[in-house]
Amino acid sequence: MMTKVELETFVEGTTHYFATAANQPASVGSPYIVQEGKPAVQEFTGMINIAGKRRGVVYFTASRPMLTVMLMRMGETELTQENMCDLVGEVANTISGNARRDFGKDFMISVPTVVAGEPDKVVTPDNTRSFVIPINWRSHSAQLVVCLE
Amino acid sequence: MALANAKSQPLTNGRLKLMICDDSNIIRRKIERELQIDRLQVIATAANGKLAVEAFRKEPADVVTMDLTMPEMDGIECVENLVKIKPDVLILVISALSDKATAIEALKKGANGFLCKPFTDRQLTEALEELLRGAGNDD
Repeated sequence: MMTKVELETFVEGTTHYFATAANQPASVGSPYIVQEGKPAVQEFTGMINIAGKRRGVVYFTASRPMLTVMLMRMGETELTQENMCDLVGEVANTISGNARRDFGKDFMISVPTVVAGEPDKVVTPDNTRSFVIPINWRSHSAQLVVCLE
Repeated sequence: MALANAKSQPLTNGRLKLMICDDSNIIRRKIERELQIDRLQVIATAANGKLAVEAFRKEPADVVTMDLTMPEMDGIECVENLVKIKPDVLILVISALSDKATAIEALKKGANGFLCKPFTDRQLTEALEELLRGAGNDD
């Protein structure tokens, strides 16, 4: 089970990412537990598997319109499907990697796995509760999902 | 930031050769696009450590930006390989892995600086300028 302090690490990481990389701060809401069913999955999802000191998955999921604007804000001119896949993976990787500042080196992260348009392929551990961190950026919404044993 | 001891060899036009290694295409393109240091010239980009070593063997760069979490060969192993090929190469690690232990390990293996993702254009420029200043490649 995750603690409030641990969740705050991911909230801060998400806030920092948007303010720095996307050149515009996001409104990051309070994390909530998914009570029934699976957490939200949008069109593009970047997943990081966590091993070592903690086990589980962290994923960032967002829509094509949001990723298009993010790429534009980052100065990218190639608004392709490949770059949107790349971006969701990079967001998940960056926020997970930044979490090592608090979790330490034994919080081992995988390279990103990207899922585009196939929500059934986004899998979280059955026996672990998922926390959703809602992200509102400009007129778009996305989610960071943290599921750690 | 740890500093290098030796000057790198410049191109004939006085510019230093830069290789960008990151598994993210948008990060590679961002670094290339936002590079605001005239004396650096991008000669190669690589999507993982293995490809970076291959490119480096063909044409060793003077300066390398290096991601850490990559498929095939990670950045730490790649740093070790590049330093073996060219001991005076200047390597700026650019990674999301923000724990101190990782930064120290990268520096011990031969990297010269560490920039944490996410980064602004200004932070990238400042980190590269500091790297060059430390190696005596200042203007």
